[in-house]
Amino acid sequence: MSLIDALLQALNLIVHLDRELIDIIVLSLKVSGTALIIATLVGLPLSAFLGFKKFPLRGLIISILHTFMGLPPVVVGLFVYLLLSRSGPLGFIGLLYTPSAMIIAQTILAFPIVTSLGHSAIVSVDPIIKQASMTLGATPFQVSLTIIREARYGIMSAFIAAFGRVMAEVGAILTVGGNIAGYTRVMTTTIALETDKGNFELALALGIILLAISLIINSLLHVFQKKNIAGAGR
Amino acid sequence: MSLGLEAVNIQKSYNGNEVLKECSFSFIESGIYVLTGTNGCGKSTFLRICSLLEEPDRGEIRYVSRGNTAEKDLGLRRRISLVLPKVGIFNTTVLRNVSYGLTIRGIKGREAEQKALRALEFVGLGPKKRQGALTLSSGETQRLGIARALVIQPEILFLDEPTASVDQRNTEIIEEIILSMKKQSHLTTIMTTHDARQAERLADTLIQIKDGKVISM
Repeated sequence: MSLIDALLQALNLIVHLDRELIDIIVLSLKVSGTALIIATLVGLPLSAFLGFKKFPLRGLIISILHTFMGLPPVVVGLFVYLLLSRSGPLGFIGLLYTPSAMIIAQTILAFPIVTSLGHSAIVSVDPIIKQASMTLGATPFQVSLTIIREARYGIMSAFIAAFGRVMAEVGAILTVGGNIAGYTRVMTTTIALETDKGNFELALALGIILLAISLIINSLLHVFQKKNIAGAGR
Repeated sequence: MSLGLEAVNIQKSYNGNEVLKECSFSFIESGIYVLTGTNGCGKSTFLRICSLLEEPDRGEIRYVSRGNTAEKDLGLRRRISLVLPKVGIFNTTVLRNVSYGLTIRGIKGREAEQKALRALEFVGLGPKKRQGALTLSSGETQRLGIARALVIQPEILFLDEPTASVDQRNTEIIEEIILSMKKQSHLTTIMTTHDARQAERLADTLIQIKDGKVISM
């Protein structure tokens, strides 16, 4: 099959909203979206805590988070695999090769990105904002909320950067999800498998969708970064 | 007048550099008090300490309310306000910037909007209420800062160099606003300026600061 033929068939799958294609996209969005929500729910309060409170191990925690932003997905996959495998400490829960295991792995990947970039966004808010809200009679909690609100575009950038990272990764989810058709098969793992099998039309169709999602994510990131720069110039 | 201020022997150093040396000041009557002196004489530091934004190294700030010393708590902080030279504009609309002080006091919706609009009209920014606050000129930003402080009806308003970075036209507008505030309310204004002529134009009481000390009042 030529590249043109594969491309035409891929477009045909997209245009006709092929059932298998849609299921894979929906599962990908579900897994990555859930992982991102959990990472944000834990990471954002932590990034605010690191931004507002000074304590002895703060610098070390921030350094560790920065380092973990570049965690190799396959290492995370291995770690979660060892944790959830039958002989692992959490093996009794029986989560290996389920979407839940994939969510756990992607949460671990997204968490340092959300927390680290969220923290950077919060500490880069001009200190004058804190002083201005204090002079207007804000309580310490209201001051913190004001700073977080001023950092909102930076926080959105962190959120989108993390989403981009987990949507595109293959190593972690392949290791813990197993690429089971109709159950744990997502866009990236399907592309890898179908390419191996020589079924380029589905792989290409998913590649196009993944590129489109990536384009949307990066466009949003660009918009938020521009707004953030505009805000920093106050 | 219900709130008076006494600053007693205030001392402040930054990195071993003594900025204020036993600075004292008090007032019991409302009016416009202007702290003047050359750049770096310590007047802004003194203003920040008087407005409770910073703590002195030594000395004491006492607020007197109806004959009693007031606790330096949130309640007292909400009776005073300071407009900083770099105002600290929030990245939202002009109107929302002004309503901020009301929102944190639990005043919301139509009531907050009407009060904020009145304050904006007072400083001549009514037509810009829906505009992004970060798009204002530096003169307009200062006026927004004053509106944002006025809307919460402070008993004492501190203004730190309100015209230092604005053009002649906006300087005149801000001076008019300061004089109008005095006419329309019992507000006490304590401001700093390095412009001796402006100090004379505005002051009911002129306070000169030199080398970290109040030298005349």
